[in-house]
Amino acid sequence: MTPPQLPLPVIDPDNAEFWQACKRHELVLPRCSHCKTYRYPPTPMCPVCNSTGVEWVKSSGKGKVYSYVITVAPIHPGFIGKLPFATVLVQLEEGILMTSNVINCDPYEIKIDMPVEAVFEDVTEEITLPRFQCVS
Amino acid sequence: MEGIKDKCAIVGIGETAYSRDSGRTEISLAAEAVKKAIDDAGLHPQDIDGIVKYAVQFDTEAGVAACLGIPYLKYFGEVGGAGGAACGLVSHAVQAIVTGMATNVVVFRAMNGRSGLRYGRGEVTGRAGRGSAAFTEPFGLIAPGQGVAFTARRHMHEYGTTSRQFGAVAVACRKHASMNPRAMMRTPITIEDHQNSRVIYEPLRLLDCCIETDGGCAVVITSAESARALKQRPVYIMAAVQTTRGAGEGQFSRAETAARYTAPRLFQMAGVTPKDIDVVQIYDHFTAMVIIALEDYGFCKKGEGGPFVEGGRIEIGGELPVNTAGGHLSEAYLHVMNHIAEAVRQLRGTSTAQVNGAELVLVDSATGAGALILRR
Repeated sequence: MTPPQLPLPVIDPDNAEFWQACKRHELVLPRCSHCKTYRYPPTPMCPVCNSTGVEWVKSSGKGKVYSYVITVAPIHPGFIGKLPFATVLVQLEEGILMTSNVINCDPYEIKIDMPVEAVFEDVTEEITLPRFQCVS
Repeated sequence: MEGIKDKCAIVGIGETAYSRDSGRTEISLAAEAVKKAIDDAGLHPQDIDGIVKYAVQFDTEAGVAACLGIPYLKYFGEVGGAGGAACGLVSHAVQAIVTGMATNVVVFRAMNGRSGLRYGRGEVTGRAGRGSAAFTEPFGLIAPGQGVAFTARRHMHEYGTTSRQFGAVAVACRKHASMNPRAMMRTPITIEDHQNSRVIYEPLRLLDCCIETDGGCAVVITSAESARALKQRPVYIMAAVQTTRGAGEGQFSRAETAARYTAPRLFQMAGVTPKDIDVVQIYDHFTAMVIIALEDYGFCKKGEGGPFVEGGRIEIGGELPVNTAGGHLSEAYLHVMNHIAEAVRQLRGTSTAQVNGAELVLVDSATGAGALILRR
């Protein structure tokens, strides 16, 4: 475990369940308890029916790459030693788009629609980040 | 409902020099740009009773008013959304004037965008992992261009748009900048130069990215009636609209822009169509977004923006000249305030890349967050 220099997620009452689940190496998604619409990132109200009720549903963690960027320029101290790296936008089976990284794949091998699944990386005592790996 | 069409005009524009290191405070740049705009209009600072500013402008309206000796402001406020605010500022100014809340309103942008906090490094837009940024920044999504790259990649995937087509936008802006002594980057470039420039956030190269700038730019707005008595040819505001979308995850990912929502209201308010527009000043923080916004404003069909920008069509002498002062890509990155100034010059007939007989100019801020249609 090396100290990350990129910003860590700031845990707040709207997102705490998500990060607690990550710590257990589980991916959960907020879903409206009234109309069952998934939303991400967590927000305090359902944008479809405006209910504030939320249930945290375990995700399959499976999805495919919707888009990605390969960062090459050293524009942030947290990038040092990591360049080039890919940030991906994964469309999960539940339909939502999730920003993350793919860990077991050369950035230049990533393709749109490539199937991926969630894995977890404990980056500090408190924070575990959900990342993805290619499914062969 | 009574509208705003043609009820106000831009009567003054003012700019500082654009540089990489001004060696000055941002408020000094603001004061100079605002004073020049007021002088250009033939007004006195004490005639100004309204200032509307970007929420990301660190100086206050009161601070700028104090510099200029404006005794008090009757109307002031700010618009959020960083670079997207520009056309919204004009919209607010117009609304204040039409309703009698203010008489002469200044809008301005001044920043040390290169020597101070840099947008290209996420130093202004970064949120230290708070709110929705908890779900992006830890994964290395720090600077605005990285999110834009998601969109650019999707557009390439869905419509076959190419990096060379992005390059055509960079080439056009540089060509116009080469004619503009105020521009920061004036050496003409080719598509090959673009292709040979280093990758920053693939698929975006260095020459796909705007230049960070130190400088200031300001505009004075008054009623159409007052405008006719002032020293410059008035540039009438036919339409001024804003759009914001819910800023959830994936907001930058789809191969579309907010212009899709802005365009119908904009053209309806002005009573014109995209075919009537002579010149476009579009928010070119990154080349790819110009292509997508041109589609979403209706200048070409969805997905055809790539071929549309090729072959010199958006260059001076082409069918639809875009960013005739060089834009953010080559003149300066002043959050479209410099694009508004250039639109005014086109309609006064004083641009360094003048489009003969230009009568209608569309100005865009942040690809649909705001837009104007201006006329002679």
